[in-house]
Amino acid sequence: MLLFLVLCPITAAIAIIAGAPARLTALVAAISNLFVTLALLSRFDRVTAGFQFASSFLVSADWQIHFAFGIDGLSLLMLLLATIVTVAAVWFTGKIDNHERAFYACLLFISGGAIGAFASIDLFFFYAFHELALIPTFLLIGIWGTGNRSVAAWKITIYLTLGSFVLLIGLILLYQSLPATTRTFDIRELQAATAAHAIAAPTQRHIYLLLLIGFGVLISLFPFHSWAPEAYASAPAPAAMLHAGVLKKFGLYGLLRLAIPMLPDGAHYWMYLLVILLLGNIIYIGLVTIAQKRLDWMLGYSSVMHMGYIFLGIASANILGATGAAALIFAHGLSIALLFAVAGQIRNRTGTLLFDDLGGLAKVMPFAGLAFGFAAFAAIGLPGFANFASEILIFFGAIRNGWEMQRFHIFQIATVLALWGIVISTVYMLRAYRSTFMGTINERWGKLVDLGTGLRLPVVLLVAGLIWFGFFPQTLVRMVTPTFRPYFTATK
Amino acid sequence: MIAIRAPYLEIAVLVLGMAILILETFAAKIDKKIFAYAGIVGLAAVLVASFFLLPESSIPQTNGFWNFYTADPLSIFFKRFTLVTTIVVLGMMIDYTPVLGSVAGHASSNLGEFFSLPLLTCAGLMYLVSAIDFIFIFVAIELVTISFFVLVSFPRRNPIALEAGVKYLILGALSTAFLVYGITWIFGVTGETNLQRITAALSSGKIDNYGATFGAVLVLVGLGFKIAAVPFQIWVPDVYQGAPTPVTAFLSVGSKAAGFVVLLRVLQPFLMLPNIERLVVLIALLTVVYGNLAALPQNNLKRLLGYSSIAHAGYLLIGVACFDGRAVTFYLAAYLLMTLLAFAILILVAQQTGEEISNFDGLAKRAPFLAFAMLVAMASLAGLPFTAGFFGKFFIFVSAVAQKQTALVAVGIVTVACGFYYYLKVVRAMYWQPSANNNPIAVSALSRAVIVLLIIATIWFGIYPQPILRAIGPQRQRVAERSTISR
Repeated sequence: MLLFLVLCPITAAIAIIAGAPARLTALVAAISNLFVTLALLSRFDRVTAGFQFASSFLVSADWQIHFAFGIDGLSLLMLLLATIVTVAAVWFTGKIDNHERAFYACLLFISGGAIGAFASIDLFFFYAFHELALIPTFLLIGIWGTGNRSVAAWKITIYLTLGSFVLLIGLILLYQSLPATTRTFDIRELQAATAAHAIAAPTQRHIYLLLLIGFGVLISLFPFHSWAPEAYASAPAPAAMLHAGVLKKFGLYGLLRLAIPMLPDGAHYWMYLLVILLLGNIIYIGLVTIAQKRLDWMLGYSSVMHMGYIFLGIASANILGATGAAALIFAHGLSIALLFAVAGQIRNRTGTLLFDDLGGLAKVMPFAGLAFGFAAFAAIGLPGFANFASEILIFFGAIRNGWEMQRFHIFQIATVLALWGIVISTVYMLRAYRSTFMGTINERWGKLVDLGTGLRLPVVLLVAGLIWFGFFPQTLVRMVTPTFRPYFTATK
Repeated sequence: MIAIRAPYLEIAVLVLGMAILILETFAAKIDKKIFAYAGIVGLAAVLVASFFLLPESSIPQTNGFWNFYTADPLSIFFKRFTLVTTIVVLGMMIDYTPVLGSVAGHASSNLGEFFSLPLLTCAGLMYLVSAIDFIFIFVAIELVTISFFVLVSFPRRNPIALEAGVKYLILGALSTAFLVYGITWIFGVTGETNLQRITAALSSGKIDNYGATFGAVLVLVGLGFKIAAVPFQIWVPDVYQGAPTPVTAFLSVGSKAAGFVVLLRVLQPFLMLPNIERLVVLIALLTVVYGNLAALPQNNLKRLLGYSSIAHAGYLLIGVACFDGRAVTFYLAAYLLMTLLAFAILILVAQQTGEEISNFDGLAKRAPFLAFAMLVAMASLAGLPFTAGFFGKFFIFVSAVAQKQTALVAVGIVTVACGFYYYLKVVRAMYWQPSANNNPIAVSALSRAVIVLLIIATIWFGIYPQPILRAIGPQRQRVAERSTISR
């Protein structure tokens, strides 16, 4: 089933290039993937830890590389996110004027790469699948982007390449930190081996720093973030949805899956650095977001800013924080995808996303206003949405973090500042909502059409996901916590 | 059935080349392309025969020939490698003949030579990868280089090709001089030309280290020209641009691969000398940095591929500096696939428009198949996963990390990112620049088959590298050897 999940979008993409009807094939592939994930969800055993539905083919005996898939609660959550957002992104792709086939194929390649990375339990393919998305992203932004598309495409590609090669070196070091006879790329065996014989502390520090920088570039951690807003502003909406909603989460998933469990000493050593950087994400980028004059740039920066909260959850190193981080990955993925989708629809209709040009659109596009409102409130973290539940978990987790610290410590300061970050995000989200949908309507926009019935379905899907996990966060938490329990019992 | 031994393969190729050359003089009337097809078929037969070799151990290696010649897995692998390269190059040459006719002014009069010389080069390369004696290495290198002199300047009415030929001739002769001088020094110090006995002599501790190091450095300089390592790379861009494109492909794949095999073989004894390892690391650093930086501003695709071949030589040298023969060999195999793929498409596109990157504008509209093939080639050259090129870089980086060559790793990462820029420049041209003309490009059945095979192989070995690794043979013992010898 996992193999189907990974190969389905890739096969569909190849079929589309070869001549299958583009939109139909892409939709069928995306929806069948969603159903397969739901089937996995129903058959998933929440009690036992460890990877389920595992399958593995030996690729290289000399290097112990396996083409291996398997899921635990965390990866299942990521798969759910990836498949939901894929359906929405494909659905929101309207008529494409040039190279329609290539557009859908690129989307499916990104989706397939993300799914492959989340489902892999082999370090090598975990990395390789993520890279599969690189060229499709480059092409999506370069061919169909708007604004300064060429610069944006180069920037994201070069940044992500550098980041992922730093990451690759970190992964190779991780592989080589084991004794020569037991070396393997199998994540399960790596976890067992590092649990049995912890890697020496100085080595852990090197590896963790490399992983933090590598993953950090991919996630747009504070000083490495500058590719993200520009790329998301230029990218066509479906590409931005998939990249900001799903692909970017690969780095966070990697930190949760590899760095925290296998390198606890490294995580401890670099904790201060990480907390300072993530405050950069929350406070500095938050303020930058307020200053934006265009909706797409504002959304791009806001997606960078929210990464700070997830980092806070990861840095806190306890079950609460890590679960909150995982939940926020999911919630943020859905809400940012919805925001980009609505913004893309507005851009298609008006040709501009400058706040000064827009205004009063809720009169002519009430449903779009409603959808944007839902997503904006979710992104702010209003109770009732999944984002609220996850942020609460993160804040509690950070306050009682997993490190043994003095009473007044950096995490308390960070948590308080992060709470102020919520105020910041309220300011920019509400301002964006007001200047786009409220106020007097510009006469030019009097004839705009609202989202058609066809497009309401994916919106409902995304909002339903946000609200379901907002009201019943327990379903999500129960799924994820078994993943973290083994690592954090020792600390807290 | 006759028992096939390794040397028979070269002899067969040599005879085939000579036969074509002789037949050509007597058969003035027929279409010369027949000779190319004959060459392809003959080489394919030799390639098949290479899989039915007697195992090395079963051959009585008593006579003196085996002092010069080895048939170890490495050499067998590279013999096949050379044969595949030559077959593809001959295929490209068939596509290239119209261009040659228009440029050189002789429509098909000398084409027989054009098709037979690659066979002689191929035989030379096959000897070279088996050579374990300096004399034999030298003779084989000369056979290769001299046939390349002719091939490079084959369109002799074309001043650019002529310039390329002269440059290659002069610098090739110079490098040969360095090589011979180095060999004499080594012979003077150790009294041996056989690599194994040189290793023994150098490790005995009774020799003059300065003299031997001097000789070793001279040999490395000579080989540096062949593999286009910085600072001996100056000839590369001009020669690559000026030579007929199939010859450029042959130069950048066949000649380079053989150079690296020789380098690996001679480095075995040399690594016992002080500072040689440091020297190789330094050359590797210079080569990756120079190759990648110089490739950034190129607008001519042939020149770009020339500089990129310097960059790849740099990555290969990183592998050589870590003395990881397997990583180097795998990288070369991947390099063969992706470089030949890129050149094959270049030939087809250049016939219609030109060799500038801007000539590739809008190729995705004009020839979606070629554009996709080029995309695969560029992705692999840049080192994206699921292509053979990524595994090549991956193995190189693994061994560099294992040897704690921090500088090499750090520089490697940055230059890889540079590489993405200039390879994706080609992708950008193909996919999102508007094109001036919309004529579709005709692709012959043979080229289409070759391109499809190369694409499949590039992706297949990017997912499943084991067949190549198995063919190369075991690695571990090589590393152990090194740790006992050099430390």
